[in-house]
Amino acid sequence: MLEVKGVSKHFGGVKALNNVSMNLQAGEVLALAGDNGAGKSTLIKIISGVHAPDTGSLAYQDQPLHANSPLQARNLGIETIYQDLALADNLDVGANIFLGREPMKSFLGMTQIIDRQRMLKESREVLHSLDIEIPESSLEQPVRNLSGGQRQAIAISRAIYWNAKLLIMDEPTAALGVPEQRKVLELIDKLRTQKIGIIFISHNLNDIFAASDRILILRQGRVVGESKISETSREKVVSQMVSG
Amino acid sequence: MKLDVIRSIWPWLFLLSMSVFFEVWAQLAYDTSFLFNLFNIQSILTFAAAPLLLGIGVTFVIIAGGIDLSIGFAMGFAAVVFATITSSLGGQDPLVALFIGVIATMLIVMVPGMINGWLIAGLHIPPFIGTLGMYGVARGLGFIVADGVTVPVNNPILFQLGTIKIFGLIPIPVLITAIVVLIAHFVLSQTRFGQYTYAIGGNREAALRAGINVKRHTLLLYMISAGFAGLAGLIYTARFSAGAAQAGEPLLLDSIAAVFIGGASFFGGSGRIFGTVIGALVIAIIQFGLVFVDVEPFWQFLAVGIVIIVAVLVDQSRTRISNGGK
Repeated sequence: MLEVKGVSKHFGGVKALNNVSMNLQAGEVLALAGDNGAGKSTLIKIISGVHAPDTGSLAYQDQPLHANSPLQARNLGIETIYQDLALADNLDVGANIFLGREPMKSFLGMTQIIDRQRMLKESREVLHSLDIEIPESSLEQPVRNLSGGQRQAIAISRAIYWNAKLLIMDEPTAALGVPEQRKVLELIDKLRTQKIGIIFISHNLNDIFAASDRILILRQGRVVGESKISETSREKVVSQMVSG
Repeated sequence: MKLDVIRSIWPWLFLLSMSVFFEVWAQLAYDTSFLFNLFNIQSILTFAAAPLLLGIGVTFVIIAGGIDLSIGFAMGFAAVVFATITSSLGGQDPLVALFIGVIATMLIVMVPGMINGWLIAGLHIPPFIGTLGMYGVARGLGFIVADGVTVPVNNPILFQLGTIKIFGLIPIPVLITAIVVLIAHFVLSQTRFGQYTYAIGGNREAALRAGINVKRHTLLLYMISAGFAGLAGLIYTARFSAGAAQAGEPLLLDSIAAVFIGGASFFGGSGRIFGTVIGALVIAIIQFGLVFVDVEPFWQFLAVGIVIIVAVLVDQSRTRISNGGK
């Protein structure tokens, strides 16, 4: 579903990406690994429309991809989940899932008001479809009262509800406790069965080995390793990350 | 969860304790009732109307994480502009003069609001500083327009509006304020505009990423705030048949106190119109109550100042608790 061909990107004199190629199938989880400054974030920012590549090309669902903004990428179904920026803590689950796209209903035929009943109902359905457990009593509470993992799950459900086909997750487990990390990994598994393509950045090799199908290793802006997760080992990945 | 309950109950507790306090004082010292007295209730509601109008506008701004310090003098500016325009049309039919005066004043008072919004949303000046500058500008303009004096208006309809009571019971300023309260509550709790106001105060970045036009929204919020100051200025002029540049000077403190007593957070993201209504009633009860029990009026400022500090302290400790003690 995503094909990146020979992409390079400079920032001033720094070559952040150098002739990087990669691809992703629907229902596949690809881990992006590499040390700080290896080019992981530049690569996902190019895919999600934040930066344009200097050279090279991208194709998404067999069409050339020229997203000039994150909004444009999102309209095509490419959604990035950031750790902390996703939710308004003071709003409830439904309000967050529908933020900016609230369903409206008529009020006495005079004006339009937010249809909270429908937001609640559809939020419940999307959470249910992803096996996300949030107690009924918490659905109408500000999401600040929920755990980090639950909030992460809400951000993901929001993307899925709005038809994301390609999810980019930047360190989705970094700020979570161990049981919560496990929940997020289970959710990634669930998304895979729903044919969502996932690019997943992590520093945590345990997570990478638990959740992904394939790993792409970057070092100083180049691809230095790519293999199925079943055909590599932690030792090999670490050695590629540090010495290429 | 418990915190949200406390947040919604505590303005009522404040209102109740203030009412009981003055009731007991009046009973003990003067052997009369403070609350069960139609004149007192009418006076408290009339007292509350102007700070409440200012408070409603600034509630929107505070929920979105901002502040507007210019409202008091924007109100005074509106009052003198209204009085000047209406009295300069003295040769016209009173209704026409009044109509032109109202429309022109509301348009003119939007200008300081637009400038506030532009400074804050467009030029990224902190709201506290931007609106403090506008406080000075509106104050200066008000005195310049009025030439340093109070501007009298001789308009019979305006006089009627400012003084008569519906069914001999409800003063018109109170009625207008009540209608405006209902509209503001509706907008804030039921519309997208209200939802985005909360979202911007809760997480500006998330609001931006959700495609909300945060800049335009911020501009509108400061215009709303100025609009309410304008309305308060009109009502002031109606009540006293005169406009004064310093009309809203003491009300800045009162209106912002009303918002925080009402449970809004200084950090943005929370607050309700009915909270501000209760907050304004608390302030009016303190002020009118102190007059009623014959305490020197200067004590009012001290009392309201303390109330603001207490309200913000409570807000801070609530926020600390909800952040898990951090």
